[in-house]
Amino acid sequence: MKHFMRFSKISKAFKEVPSQYVYQINPIQNFEQIKQFRVIDLEGNLIAKEYNNIPKETLNQIFDLMLTIEEMDNILYMSQRQGKISFYMTSFGETATTVGTTAALQPQDFIFPQYREQGSFMWRGFTIEQIVNQCIGNHLDGGKGRQMPVHYGSKDLNIVTVSSPLTTQVPQASGAGYGFRVNGENKIAATWFGEGAASEGDFHSAMNFAQTLKCQTLFLCRNNHYAISTPTDDQFKGDTIAGKAPAYGMRTLKIDGNDLLAVYNGVKYAREEIIKNKEPFFIEFITYRIGDHSTSDHSVLYRSQEEIDSWKSGNNPINRLGLFLKKQGLRQFNDEHDNQIRKDVKNRVIAALKHGSEQQSPSIHDLFTDVYDEVLPHLQDQYTQLREHLTKYKDQYPINKFKGGL
Amino acid sequence: MLRIVHKLRCGFAKMTVREAINSAMAQEIERDQNVFLIGEEVGQYQGAYKVSKGLYDRFGKSRIWDTPITEAGFTGLSVGAAMYGLKPIVEFMTFNFAMQAIDHVINSAAKLHYMSAGGLKTSIVFRGINGAAAAVAAQHSQCFAAWYSQVPGLIVLSPYDCDDARGLLKAAVRNPNPVVFLENEIMYNEAFEVPDNVMDKDYLIPIGKAKIMREGKDVTIVTFSKMVKFSMLAAAELEREGISCEVINLRTLKPLDRNTVIESIKKTHRVVTVEEGWGQCGIGAEICSIINETNAFFHLDAPVVRVTGADIPTPYAFNLEELSFPKTHNIVEAVKLVLK
Repeated sequence: MKHFMRFSKISKAFKEVPSQYVYQINPIQNFEQIKQFRVIDLEGNLIAKEYNNIPKETLNQIFDLMLTIEEMDNILYMSQRQGKISFYMTSFGETATTVGTTAALQPQDFIFPQYREQGSFMWRGFTIEQIVNQCIGNHLDGGKGRQMPVHYGSKDLNIVTVSSPLTTQVPQASGAGYGFRVNGENKIAATWFGEGAASEGDFHSAMNFAQTLKCQTLFLCRNNHYAISTPTDDQFKGDTIAGKAPAYGMRTLKIDGNDLLAVYNGVKYAREEIIKNKEPFFIEFITYRIGDHSTSDHSVLYRSQEEIDSWKSGNNPINRLGLFLKKQGLRQFNDEHDNQIRKDVKNRVIAALKHGSEQQSPSIHDLFTDVYDEVLPHLQDQYTQLREHLTKYKDQYPINKFKGGL
Repeated sequence: MLRIVHKLRCGFAKMTVREAINSAMAQEIERDQNVFLIGEEVGQYQGAYKVSKGLYDRFGKSRIWDTPITEAGFTGLSVGAAMYGLKPIVEFMTFNFAMQAIDHVINSAAKLHYMSAGGLKTSIVFRGINGAAAAVAAQHSQCFAAWYSQVPGLIVLSPYDCDDARGLLKAAVRNPNPVVFLENEIMYNEAFEVPDNVMDKDYLIPIGKAKIMREGKDVTIVTFSKMVKFSMLAAAELEREGISCEVINLRTLKPLDRNTVIESIKKTHRVVTVEEGWGQCGIGAEICSIINETNAFFHLDAPVVRVTGADIPTPYAFNLEELSFPKTHNIVEAVKLVLK
């Protein structure tokens, strides 16, 4: 009896591969190219009228934030050149994707960023001061001075800390999404990655797992056309990254990433579908990296200024949203007012830099905390050794600059 | 690349470690048509740290391979290419990212020759920056010397100056075994005077042989890579106080040259090891054990003192990072401790 029952359990799990046949050799290479979902055109004219449904207040907040991030990125990039911070990554040209997406998600959704998503952080309330203090690495940094600039995170805001090795966050999002489904939660795991990062092995495992195990995960690919200097044509073949997702059995959208209304609507739809069907969803945003990869890059070495300018003036997310708001009468534009917004942000960032650079450095006690959940004996010994060393050579170290001194 | 080497005086030139590595690669790619360089940004971008500058223009895309972003992908591909007779030089943007490909390095490259009873060879060089740079925090600052040097089947080299970089890299490329070549980002910019013979296209340094950088009689300092610089500075400072240090630059971490270390101990009777990486199971720990197992133990007048990095993931804040790694004064302190 036992043996018989065990055998029938095994049969249930077996599912034969569907059998259909052809009688000629006709290889397939390309499926039909997936088209980009768009609501407004390059001049901000409304095309897909049924998606003009975002509250006026939300649209204005989004627009304000996109302006803020542009100004902040400008100042922080320059401050690296001036030696005030050691490193920075701007998000010029891509803020419709990050701000629009995060506005369309729920606050309880976990976000797993790559590194160019200040839009996600700031929509949820991460401040200019928090960003600047993290970049400086002073004692006010929520990360205790442990991480390189732009590697922030926030437990309160449900945003997982940025991690340098590419794409490791993507299978993690599959895992979190699995947990949300199994626990029946109204939550999704939304993960960001660039089109270059999608070449990593981790991307493919994450996608396969998410669909096969049914994870409440939203995959968000920022295809900004460059991975440092590598253009998309040298990164992959096929119908961009979106073309790979249906092969994993996953529902897929390709969205014009510089169209804020398309981004917002697409993400809102995807989230609802994930919760309803308890299955993952894939979105690729087509956008363009107007700035350098980072402060360690000089992109005019590998692309033309004409190319950059054509996107900056011809397909710019801030311009397109601004024109839409103006044409729909959803925002009063006047030069003086808009310049004031930018000026206020600029002053705020500069003040944050000044204030931040005057702060003390993180406490030396935090050198040894958080390695484990508690400070283990061998680390306590090393801390004691350190304090002895600093006491003995106190005139060799700027101890007054350390928070808490010795 | 040799054009930008500055001639100082007859028989000598001045070059940076970056130029040394670049010139060594260029000569080996020229010499053997099976040799190629592969990695992210190595070609048209001239290298993430400009180490491969000019090579793409000179040799073209059939010898300098730019790849999509996947360490596991291009490392696996290179190991396969090596198994079938090509000689890849695999550049990792940092050995910190090589962890995504470590299975290919260890379970394939290192072990296959043994597992296949000599049938499969992987003549391959894995190179890139190792250890701390500056302000790049935990995921960009780990030293992998201990990890790789534990693995049978791998040769592990770590150059300090231009002489080391040229001689060891060329020897690595010509060696039929898989080689892990641990460079250092801070050392890339350091310039050294280089005698003409080092620029020769067949200049090779023997693998498995350490170099005595400075002779001394009171203490032996055993170290490698960037820490050689701080050890030499410490030795100069101690000289002014009448303490004479012998500084050994290991150059090869596997197979480690225990004989040079033992002979030095017989002379000085005291040892300090210096490494940037974490102490547990590190190179210093291995030196201690080697001494313990050989007659060198009976020549010691004091226990070995290890100087290592602090047992923590590297923090970013400048003050904290400074305190995490050995500096010259830590080495001076260690020497004085071993002499007490």
